[in-house]
Amino acid sequence: MSMTIAEKILAKASGKEKVEAGEIVMADIDIAMVHDLTGPLTLQALEQINTDKVWDPEKIVIPFDHQVPADTLDAAKNHQILREFVKEQGITNFYDVYEGVCHQVVPEKGHALPGTVIVGSDSHTCTNGALGAFSTGIGSTDMAMVFATGQLWFKVPETNRFNITGKLQENVTSKDVILNIIGQVGQDGSTYKSCEYAGETIQEMEMSDRMVLSNMAIEMGGKTGIVEPDKITDEYLKNRTNKTYTKFTTDLDAPSLNTIDIDVSDLEPQVACPSHVDNVKPASEVEDVEIDQVFIGSCTNGRLKDLRQAAKVLKGNKIKEGVRTLVIPASRTIYQQALKEGLMDIFVEAGALVCNPCCGPCLGGHIGLIGDGEVSLSTSNRNFKGRQGSPEGKVYLSSPIVAAESAITGHITSPENK
Amino acid sequence: MEKIIEGRALKLGDDIDTDSILPGRYLTLSKPEDLGKHVMEGYDLHYKDKIQEGDLIVAGANFGCGSSREHAPIALKAAGIKAVVAKSFARIFYRNATNIGLPLVEAPNGPDEIEEEDILKIDLEEGTLKNKTQDKDYDFTKLPEFMFEIVENGGLIEYLNKTRFD
Repeated sequence: MSMTIAEKILAKASGKEKVEAGEIVMADIDIAMVHDLTGPLTLQALEQINTDKVWDPEKIVIPFDHQVPADTLDAAKNHQILREFVKEQGITNFYDVYEGVCHQVVPEKGHALPGTVIVGSDSHTCTNGALGAFSTGIGSTDMAMVFATGQLWFKVPETNRFNITGKLQENVTSKDVILNIIGQVGQDGSTYKSCEYAGETIQEMEMSDRMVLSNMAIEMGGKTGIVEPDKITDEYLKNRTNKTYTKFTTDLDAPSLNTIDIDVSDLEPQVACPSHVDNVKPASEVEDVEIDQVFIGSCTNGRLKDLRQAAKVLKGNKIKEGVRTLVIPASRTIYQQALKEGLMDIFVEAGALVCNPCCGPCLGGHIGLIGDGEVSLSTSNRNFKGRQGSPEGKVYLSSPIVAAESAITGHITSPENK
Repeated sequence: MEKIIEGRALKLGDDIDTDSILPGRYLTLSKPEDLGKHVMEGYDLHYKDKIQEGDLIVAGANFGCGSSREHAPIALKAAGIKAVVAKSFARIFYRNATNIGLPLVEAPNGPDEIEEEDILKIDLEEGTLKNKTQDKDYDFTKLPEFMFEIVENGGLIEYLNKTRFD
């Protein structure tokens, strides 16, 4: 029977020849990830299960990224609890406060492989779908079940396959593509569905751009955001893993497949306006919005290519006085490479503040919170009311190019109109 | 878990996200009573003052969208909310709430007609929602059998202890 890539991966993981959308399966988990904020609740739930040992200490990945270094006594205590757990259970893949954001660290360190099932106690775990994995966010009690048994139940999802064609204009990025898609289908437009990104535009995209698309599948309610693995996937994994993997693809006649064609040839830079990710407009239509803070970073847009694009705009320019601009590389590896390339010099020279790899202002829990009435322009993935601090503040989302252009002018600026 | 729940409706709109329910700055907390103190602060800093023990949230579409934080349903439950009625729920929130024993009622037709402070009666086993104030009845989509089994056993942890670690 014809199946989608999500169905093929779940069939393999549940030991079946075929599965159908809507069916409940018990799947074997390949990688389970918790971070410093969702880990403690997971351990709290795990303590109540009658078992002393996790199912496989080599399949658990624990990066600290949300509150690093610890900014409160509660955060410090959470870190201690998890470090103790890592030691006691012999967890091999532990990344302490210095390594970076979980959705960059997991693929960067070779933990995300095509054809596998990955779960993480963080909704943006769908990022690993860029490598052809079935990767999804789960809560802490579900994660306790995974830690104890190595399995989790899933309702096999139907698939929304976005078939993307056309060459992107200069200054238009994969962030603009995904904001445009979410604007079209709405923030619940793929609820309970597996999202797939396919077509000639995707085939030519490098891995970091694919990760942007996969990362934001959850912003339209998606269970996963998968790109079919190909040569670019192999290239990305070449020096990251010795393990073999299976590259599944979708059968185009699969009954649960719904294809949505999108031509991006004429797409302009996009901005998601407050306070929902599907409130998307061309950047050129919201240029009167003045900003107080710019954040370039996050699991969506804190990768090397993003920093290079922002630095290209900022080079030789000064950030407008009063616009606090935070640049946060998504991992230590990216930080080091950016240093070598002189990008950090450009940012500091322009007047930006470069912070250590972490989630930063994205979730309004650690650094860079905004106050009452303030406006943030952010390359992250959510602009919900109160997301980056005060419920009376406002968050706009854009690509790193639009964010950097806007930091210079002090208002939202489309690169086309500067 | 109680299968019949009666309480007062507190109304909310569409797309109530998990940052509204429990903002990121409180995610270092893990005790239910600590989380309950900050419920809905991302939406309205004083919303919690409205909540009385036993109240029911009645919302529009896509309730609980956003983060996977289980802190959100825990905070609602700890603040005294006995169930959430909505036109639809986001996927991760739906699982999380079920796993921790906060009943969710997906009733596409109810929320528009229910008014603030109406008294509702939910029968989880029968799949019925009654608005006692307006004397109207609605059907809702019952949990899939597998999830109902988890609920009947008292949540995922108890279910696992009975079925796998006995």
